Amino acid sequence: MSQPSRVRVALVLPELLGTYGDRGNATVLVQRLRWRSIDAEMIEVSGDTPVPADCDIYVIGGGEDIAQLAAVRWLQAHPGLQQAVGRGAVVLAVCAGFQILGTSFAGTDGAMHSGLGLFDAITRPLSRRAIGEIVVEPAPGLGIRSLTGFENHGGATQLGPGAAPLGRVVTGIGNGFDGAEGVVQGRIVGTYLHGPVLARNPDLADLLLTWATGRTLDPLSLEETETLRQERLQHARAR
Amino acid sequence: MTHSGMPHRLGDEPAPDGAGDAPEAPPWRPPWPRRDGHRLPLRTRMAMRIGGAVAWLSQALQMGQGAMIGGRLMLALDPGALRRLSQGRLTVLVTGTNGKTTTTAMLAAALSELGEVASNSSGANMPGGLVTALAQSPEAPLAVLEVDEGYFPSVAATVRPGVAVLLNLSRDQIDRVGEVSRTERAIRDALHTLDGVTAVVNCDDALMTSAARDVAHPVWVSVGSTWQETAARCPRCGQPVTTDAAGDGAGWGCACGFESPRPQWTLDGTEIITPEGGRVPLELRLPGRVNARNAAMAVAAAVTLGVPVDAAVSRVGSLAEVAGRYRTVRLGTHRVRLLLAKNPAGWAETLDLLAGSRDPVVIAVNAREADGRDTSWLWDVPFERLRGRSVVASGERATDLAVRLTYADVPHVRLPEPWWAVEMLRPGHVDLVANYTAFRELVIRC
Ligand SMILES: [Zn+2]
Repeated sequence: MSQPSRVRVALVLPELLGTYGDRGNATVLVQRLRWRSIDAEMIEVSGDTPVPADCDIYVIGGGEDIAQLAAVRWLQAHPGLQQAVGRGAVVLAVCAGFQILGTSFAGTDGAMHSGLGLFDAITRPLSRRAIGEIVVEPAPGLGIRSLTGFENHGGATQLGPGAAPLGRVVTGIGNGFDGAEGVVQGRIVGTYLHGPVLARNPDLADLLLTWATGRTLDPLSLEETETLRQERLQHARAR
Repeated sequence: MTHSGMPHRLGDEPAPDGAGDAPEAPPWRPPWPRRDGHRLPLRTRMAMRIGGAVAWLSQALQMGQGAMIGGRLMLALDPGALRRLSQGRLTVLVTGTNGKTTTTAMLAAALSELGEVASNSSGANMPGGLVTALAQSPEAPLAVLEVDEGYFPSVAATVRPGVAVLLNLSRDQIDRVGEVSRTERAIRDALHTLDGVTAVVNCDDALMTSAARDVAHPVWVSVGSTWQETAARCPRCGQPVTTDAAGDGAGWGCACGFESPRPQWTLDGTEIITPEGGRVPLELRLPGRVNARNAAMAVAAAVTLGVPVDAAVSRVGSLAEVAGRYRTVRLGTHRVRLLLAKNPAGWAETLDLLAGSRDPVVIAVNAREADGRDTSWLWDVPFERLRGRSVVASGERATDLAVRLTYADVPHVRLPEPWWAVEMLRPGHVDLVANYTAFRELVIRC
């Protein structure tokens, strides 16, 4: 998309997939545009209206198992997100949101459920729930600094040949396969990192914004964000 | 011993017909014998003595958490201590995400109308804290215990409560307690195994209603809907829960047929409506709507146990602080009101409470195990509502909070030590809001 007059950030089903503060990712994206004098708007997509297909960025968060199943059913019935991806929209999907965008995932009922198929990834149960600080060295081509976050999930996600990891785990569990964390497929990013991930990792936020706007963004460094990154990275490495 | 001989108000017997004409209930008598400390086995008595000494020592050394350390040691010396110490008493367990400590203190105050009450008034709500509270009042025939929602199933199986007070469930410390729907399921299963338990339930909370749906003796209390995000979906099937047109919590339902029960008690503004239809004004010293809700739950539970409603309301209303919360302390030229808010639901109430003034606010956030290690919840709190006020980001995770405030366009300074933060503000009134372990440290030091 070339220079949309107003960037529209969709927060997808926060009442279902909003258990871990992931709405903060949408807040961060909108604010980082506004602080650069780019017009931006957050659109909360709730369960009483279809998912709009015309937003520029879609943010999906983590949630509990029963909510995860309700969300995937609803997104399959109202495929606005899939249509948007088809025309190049940017997506950030976290935790349960990451899992349901894959080809299939395990529910608490033990059964496998089909996902939206936007990523080439299958999620099965992890033997032991992964909870704690995580540090990830991002894939070099992304050009961003180390990622810090907090993971809290019971899924082991195996990427297929169509998907590349977001990065390699330095400390923590991540996808639970081959030391990989998250996924990048086209302009869709999936990750297990909460924090929220974009609050702790402004480079990733700006990468998504660059993809969505097609612009080179002015630098924007916040002293407190840099301090937070140092604190969390030091804490994780000390353990 | 069983609790089969319950006071006459327990159970689901209907209120006497023509309640207005009915003779006054006879003076209440406990149907269970007074406790006799000497009947406790030697091992429990020894464990009580050693545990008590350690609790005293840890308080004397200002280590804090004396209640927890002593009780934990007692449990290590005598794993059966909780069961033995609760035998022969009528025990009430109070659980839920928010309001446990205040509701417990209110209910203990109301029940003291009937006799001595053992209670963990400090908010130490895991098994060690419960053991300490019971050991401190070995003779009390009544016990009102606040229990961490994650520990409710195991504690209930051990102490076999006569009454369970179920407040609300929302996400809190999610990396420790686990997902709320699982917590609901575990509480539901635990209640199922307690024959004859009376559950006093906030029926505007869909999750707690689901947990208590099948108990033999429910007492439904409508306190008005609170922060509903977690419960916006049916706990039984995941479909959206719809509220009635008024949206004031006076009824909700789901397409699967799961719906709110008809309440026996209703909180209406600052009045409670009794099962007989009487209106009783609450005159509370504690501030805010949240405490009216806590009081309604406590009064309903106390009356269920046989306390006259006027006495219950009066005793609940006279409470001025709870485990240091709402207390105003002097610090040099500052008057500091201490408030606890540990999750988005608690913060929603706290922001309402703060909305009435323009005083500066110090916010202290820690992320120790008891708080939950993940600070992401800060992004579910609408801190935008603090714009225009002087705000200090404080606590061990002051930086996480500062970043959140930056993105909320709330100007602030960052100073991890809360009391220093207070001192740098202009003289006058300050609201100091802290989450769980941050609050505990404040209270120890003032
Ligand atoms: Zn339902």
